Amino acid sequence: MTVTPALDAKLAEDGPAISGLKPGIDPISDAAAGQWTLIWRKFLNQKVALFCGGVILVLYLIGAFAEFLAPGLPDTSRAQYTYAPPQSLGLFTPSGEFQLHVKGYKVEIDKAALRRTFVVDDSVVIPVGLFVEGPTYKFWNLFESNRHLIGPLDPSQTMYLLGADRLGRDLLSRLIYGTRISMSIGLIGVCMSLFLGVVLGSISGYFGGWVDTIIQRVIEVVSAMPTIPLWLGLAAAIPLTWSPIHVYFVITIIVSLLGWTGLAREVRGRFFSLRNEDFVTAAKLDGSSERRVIFRHILPSLTSHILAVTTLAVPSMIIAETSLSFLGVGLKAPVVSWGVLLQDAQNIRSISTAPWLLIWPSLAVVIAVLSFNFFGDGLRDAADPYET
Amino acid sequence: MLNYILKRLVYMIPTLIGMSIISFAIIQLPPGDYLTSLLSTLADGGSPIDPATVERLRSQYGLDQPIWIQYGKWMLGIITRGDFGFSFEWNQPVSEVIWSRMGSTLAISFAALILVWAVSLPIGIYSAVRRNSIGDHVFTFFGFIGLAVPNFILALTLMYVSFRVFGQSVGGLFSPEYVDAPWSMGKLWDLILHLWIPILVIGMSGTAAMIRILRANLTDELSKPYVTTARAKGLPEYKVIVKYPVRIALNPFVSAIGWVLPELVSGVTITAIVLNLPTAGPLLLRALVAQDMYLAGSFILLLSVLTLVGMLISDILLALLDTRIRYN
Repeated sequence: MTVTPALDAKLAEDGPAISGLKPGIDPISDAAAGQWTLIWRKFLNQKVALFCGGVILVLYLIGAFAEFLAPGLPDTSRAQYTYAPPQSLGLFTPSGEFQLHVKGYKVEIDKAALRRTFVVDDSVVIPVGLFVEGPTYKFWNLFESNRHLIGPLDPSQTMYLLGADRLGRDLLSRLIYGTRISMSIGLIGVCMSLFLGVVLGSISGYFGGWVDTIIQRVIEVVSAMPTIPLWLGLAAAIPLTWSPIHVYFVITIIVSLLGWTGLAREVRGRFFSLRNEDFVTAAKLDGSSERRVIFRHILPSLTSHILAVTTLAVPSMIIAETSLSFLGVGLKAPVVSWGVLLQDAQNIRSISTAPWLLIWPSLAVVIAVLSFNFFGDGLRDAADPYET
Repeated sequence: MLNYILKRLVYMIPTLIGMSIISFAIIQLPPGDYLTSLLSTLADGGSPIDPATVERLRSQYGLDQPIWIQYGKWMLGIITRGDFGFSFEWNQPVSEVIWSRMGSTLAISFAALILVWAVSLPIGIYSAVRRNSIGDHVFTFFGFIGLAVPNFILALTLMYVSFRVFGQSVGGLFSPEYVDAPWSMGKLWDLILHLWIPILVIGMSGTAAMIRILRANLTDELSKPYVTTARAKGLPEYKVIVKYPVRIALNPFVSAIGWVLPELVSGVTITAIVLNLPTAGPLLLRALVAQDMYLAGSFILLLSVLTLVGMLISDILLALLDTRIRYN
């Protein structure tokens, strides 16, 4: 606050009582609010983080309802539509009536290059509808359905909103199915490194001494090794004969094996600063066991910080999976993830024929990573509500 | 100072041992040993070996011994003879394949590190001094993009853009006509034309991180009383900023090499695979896919050592910069 001394003196005499709180905050409800209410209120002030939290939620919802949201199945291939370019969604047909539609293709043979090129054919209108019947899927492996959010009214016709790949598969459907795999790997991986990081970090920070030294040395070694060579080395050892679901879990473990060090460091640092606080001494004098002191007294007061650091660790997991799959040692087809999709955009020739194969999966990765970063930053700022 | 360096060197030994254990574990990870894969290759070629020869080879390479003895032998070979084992894919000792590739990896990582510093120092200072100006917001935005876009996607994008805009293929280090040509100005220029994309790609995320660090630290310093004092004394503004606060804010900047360098080396690996550069990356991937494990393990070990040496250098630089560290 910048107040001139004279004004200050006047206020002290007959002005209203000055509160250190920002205007608009009710001091009584703020003083009575619990830690989590305060964190929530502080977080609500961060518009960017809030927005990114929304984006993350949407991404997970897309992943959860992939079967319904995708216009088709991820593996349906149509050889005659190899590298078909994206079709744009139109509202009014050439005859002027309102009808959601895409335009059809006309195939032209480029005589010089001996290549087929697709040209949008304005005379062919493929009507598109919402909640249409399409290919049958098994939702969450529980029940069968054939409703899709969007799709051509006649299932035998084609709609490639984001274009097609080398086998004429719909990129939009594949991207939506890939969201499920890529986003869940980030989540499961981070849970595993959270477990490792919290357990080892707490032990290290609480006990100190030689236990701390050993754990710190391990962290140092792991974090000093360049990640991609190490990931490659671990992932390449996965036998080719393993089932996709097996590979999925091993990749999650590999990704989390290298991600826990940052978390462990954070937890250890906080433990060091809390170890000598009065409430810890009090708990010890009350005869609490060491396990109880760690898990009942110290850890709960760290939860908000741990949550923030965990969120900030998710993007590196997503990037790890994407990189590994892109290089061909991570997830492999028939599994669809963003990294697997990017595998199709590996060389300049396929990128220049079909740039959408690079653009859309990359955009998905970047949006996910950015959202997690901003969301985590916001959480971190809100994590300590008593800080002024 | 010498004492300090010696202490750091001794301190490095356990870390080195840890790294070598991890690298060796990766060598051992795939099922079977390298004789198994050699045998299957030979059998595919239609010339199976009789079991007695297999046994002889197995004992010759020490594969019938317990794992820690194998590890000991491997380490002993590296330390005493510079022998990293035998590459079955290349049919040569690993050490003959590995050094030229490590050299180019080192050169590109170093160039990227220089770029990171050269770019992030002025931008970091600008962003801290002109906080919340338009320039600051623009740099912050690009910084976030740099942090969020994985190296290989950036490489692919730049590859596409340069193909579209300049009509130039960007893979490799030289254009086809210069690959076997003797060194000349033209060849050097060609190399620079090819090198800017990988170095930009590799340096991007490091630069973004460094700008953020420098900006945060310098902002803290700028609000301290000594800066006000210096300004009140009538020092010119550039001196007020560069002489004191920047010097202090440089500390974390230098020590950040510790984690920026592993990232750079990691970035070189994957970028080189995408752009087909003759560094360790493509060879490592190939070795891993072919399960040529001694080559792969040696690459992982040497890349790790590279980052460790970088950290040592950053420690020494930090001690030179800040007297307090030397005497603590």
